[in-house]
Amino acid sequence: MISFSGVSKRYPGGLQALREVSLEIGDGELVFVTGHSGAGKSSLLKLVPVIERPSAGTVLVNGQNVGALGRAAIPHLRRNLGLVFQDQKLLYDRTVFDNVALPLAFTGQPPREAARRVRAALDKVGLLGREQANPVQLSGGEQQRLAIARAVVNRPAALLADEPTANLDAEAAARVLEILVAFNQVGVTTIVATHDEALARRFGRRVVRLSHGALEGA
Amino acid sequence: MKAWLTQHRQALAAALAKLARQKSASLLNALVIGVALALPAGGYLLLANLQGLARGIALEPQMSVYLRTDAGNADVAALDARLMADARVASVRFVPRDQALSELKELEGAADLIAALGQNPLPDAYVVRGRDAGALDALAAEARGWPGVAQVQLDAAWSRRLGALAGIARIALVLLAALLAAAMIAVTFNTIRLQILVQREEIDVSRLLGATDAFIRRPFFYLGALQGATGGAIALAIVKASVIALNRGVAELAATYGSGFQLAFFGLADSASALAFSVCLGWVGAYLSVSIYLHEMPQ
Repeated sequence: MISFSGVSKRYPGGLQALREVSLEIGDGELVFVTGHSGAGKSSLLKLVPVIERPSAGTVLVNGQNVGALGRAAIPHLRRNLGLVFQDQKLLYDRTVFDNVALPLAFTGQPPREAARRVRAALDKVGLLGREQANPVQLSGGEQQRLAIARAVVNRPAALLADEPTANLDAEAAARVLEILVAFNQVGVTTIVATHDEALARRFGRRVVRLSHGALEGA
Repeated sequence: MKAWLTQHRQALAAALAKLARQKSASLLNALVIGVALALPAGGYLLLANLQGLARGIALEPQMSVYLRTDAGNADVAALDARLMADARVASVRFVPRDQALSELKELEGAADLIAALGQNPLPDAYVVRGRDAGALDALAAEARGWPGVAQVQLDAAWSRRLGALAGIARIALVLLAALLAAAMIAVTFNTIRLQILVQREEIDVSRLLGATDAFIRRPFFYLGALQGATGGAIALAIVKASVIALNRGVAELAATYGSGFQLAFFGLADSASALAFSVCLGWVGAYLSVSIYLHEMPQ
């Protein structure tokens, strides 16, 4: 479903973040991308929703070369991807409920249907009782789970999580990863970038390792 | 279609909520816009009123041909025929000296003056209405050479001067309106820019999660348009208040001319177009502001 072939990324200023990465991720597959900090995990994940475009090579999502997508087509691609960011990017001027409802507004969901979906998403991450809280009142792990709820509320075909366990204690980190694995089990293609390879290996899924921008063993 | 309506309703609600949340700032902004718009709107109103007044006094150019007091009947008859036959003339009215005198007597204070003179000092006269101002110019020059004619007075001159002045005033108003419209766009541009910076996080996150540029722009369009609308309403209120205040003085002045003239406020159509213009300016300011921001920022 997502395929990288010969992908390189060089940032303006000369930093070479990715070198000829080729990686095939099948429909419904879960892949952990590990590596030290600065290995290129974030850069790799950013290419899928076209937050960055590759300097060389192609990134295909459902057969579509997303690196060549026009400006106007990008929002529609992103709606079909659930993104979980390392810094969560929650909005602290609104409730938990409204944070999750944000992506539904883009497509003009009727309020009743939107509310139903928001509650369903919050339920899956175990935050149903906190819908009227402000994100500030949540613990680090809860905030990350809130970010996951927002990512899945649009029922995306793929879920991309960039270091979702950074800054979390072991227990909270494990819970976050369990939730991601649970989404994968209902058929959502999932890519999780994490520096914690030991934790990733505990799930017995495919793990690939990036080192200095190149895929190890490739 | 339903989704589209939902989105617009939500955008409008968001814009209204923003205005309500920042009452004093929104009000001050609207006031700036209102004052800026009140100047050209008020000027336009005054000009329209003055033009209406001038039109009531003399629309057509007119000239008076005064005969020599010693002009014979033959001269009068020849003049009569000449004026009647002239294609440039719209109408001719003969005012005999006796009638002119009795008209003069009706004016206050003139009766005593005339009595003191002992005899009628006024000549016979023709009041000629021309088809247009240019035609009368040439006719007046010719008439001055005709036998029996003492003096020709072209009354068209002042009405043409008034017309020219009104033309200048109109150009000045258009320039003023254009300048202030540009200023208003700039004011809206900056207000919206500030609002964008306040909501920057929300905008950036929304774009990452799949909001289109149109979705991001929409609430700001409403915000700009609403600001324009309140500004326009304030401008109309300022002009209306000024008309009421001025009309006290105008009524007094008009009474001395025996006239009941009053400054008239805009009709419904004029008020609506002033408001629409203001809404458009707000919209344009918002459009420029959001478009520039969205282009500056990476997606």
